[in-house]
Amino acid sequence: MAPPSSRRAGFSKKAQFSLFTGYLLAGGGALLGAVLLALSLWQPEAFAPLRGVAGEVVAPVGSGTAVARSSGQGFFASIAAYFNAGAQNAELRRENELARIRLAEADAIAAENRRLKGLLGLRDGESKPVAVTRLVGSTATSGRRHAYIGAGSASGVQPGMPVLSERGVIGRVLETGRNSARVLLLTDSESVLPVRRATDNVIAFAEGRGDGLLRIRLVNLGVNPLKVGDMMVTSGAGGYYRPGVAVAVIAKITPDGGIARLVAEPGATNFVSVLPVHQAQAIAELEAPESVGDRPSPAPTSAASASAAVPPATAEE
Amino acid sequence: MERLDPRARSDIYGRRINRAPDPWRVRLVPYASIMLASVLPVLLIADTMPLLPSLGFLLLLAWRMVRPGLLPLWAGAPLGAFDDLVSGQPFGCAIFLWSLAMIAIELIETRFPWRGFWQDWFTASVMSVVYWLASLLFSGASLTPEMVGAAAPQALLAILLYPIITRIVAGLDRFRLARARTID
Repeated sequence: MAPPSSRRAGFSKKAQFSLFTGYLLAGGGALLGAVLLALSLWQPEAFAPLRGVAGEVVAPVGSGTAVARSSGQGFFASIAAYFNAGAQNAELRRENELARIRLAEADAIAAENRRLKGLLGLRDGESKPVAVTRLVGSTATSGRRHAYIGAGSASGVQPGMPVLSERGVIGRVLETGRNSARVLLLTDSESVLPVRRATDNVIAFAEGRGDGLLRIRLVNLGVNPLKVGDMMVTSGAGGYYRPGVAVAVIAKITPDGGIARLVAEPGATNFVSVLPVHQAQAIAELEAPESVGDRPSPAPTSAASASAAVPPATAEE
Repeated sequence: MERLDPRARSDIYGRRINRAPDPWRVRLVPYASIMLASVLPVLLIADTMPLLPSLGFLLLLAWRMVRPGLLPLWAGAPLGAFDDLVSGQPFGCAIFLWSLAMIAIELIETRFPWRGFWQDWFTASVMSVVYWLASLLFSGASLTPEMVGAAAPQALLAILLYPIITRIVAGLDRFRLARARTID
């Protein structure tokens, strides 16, 4: 089909000018976009308030679909259970799975207790969640793995706070709006989380690969002690997460660690809880000298750099 | 006349006598549908890989192809700004790419004024694959082979969805021009 004749300017000065203005505006738009893109790649949190407003609009709709999603999951689960061995079976299996995770976490706590026996007064109380909410949405078209939750700064949610489900770690709060917040999921390729094996002290970093699996990179290289089926839990290094929360199960061994599957899949989660930052004071002290020259970034890499226990270079200045 | 055939004095846009299209609907439907398509994928929980291609971009392409001249040349920038707020890409990514896409289609149209469905599909496929790759590059994360592999179905889906989306846009266009207003 031919373009409409209004696209052809002919001898009309007005048509020529309006065509030219169209090109000029479009070119200007592209240029503006390029500048904004460069700016937001350089300073990722620059446009957080704008996105927060957009999140406010999406969150109420998302909470509706979240209810529908969870009831839909229940519906399919009971059908599946009927075909297997009755509806009870699914429920029991779920509980069994949870118990297995809890058992692994208990192993982790036992190991930690042994380790801390010599240190007096270094005991953390169970922290209360800041907010319990639903996952209301995610960035399903982007290469990044972010999710939205239905609680924001009005309920006390701050960037950096860990987000957990009843099974384990989901991710970390990246930006907050008033009643919604954006969460960096563990599977995002920019997510790094210090972990250790539940049973002993093998420490590693769990990095998202961007395809739903985590790459476990051991800190101490040498003989790879990991085995398929090992449970990795948070080590608490970096101060953001409480130690001993389930993260992933090793599925494949690689020379420098392994490939692990998530324990808590966000897609199968109904409710999540936002916990306060575990060692907020220590993090504030670590980041304070940094903030003179550089802004404290909520990016997950700061957890890695903090956990390496290297004082920032600017501290000496 | 109506007794013989109820649709004698009407066409696909409805009855013709003393009816006119709603001016608001005529102007707003393209923009509203593109913005709605930007928001819809947010409601899915995608924890392992991207589930859908950018529906907003596909709808923009389809509106531009089905109704040339309806969206102004600069429409990519404001619509892209809205898409950036919800898509999870760094702000500015869609403003930049959607503007470029609008200019590119304009140039293609001046070069090949007589287009057909297959050529439109080919153009849209090439553009959506380029857009997919550019979005991955500009996503703010370092590109890994696993990430590209996980996102590959997105590109395939974008190509396959185009004919369906043009049908949806054609339906929306009939809705847009339906004679909803009665002239007294």
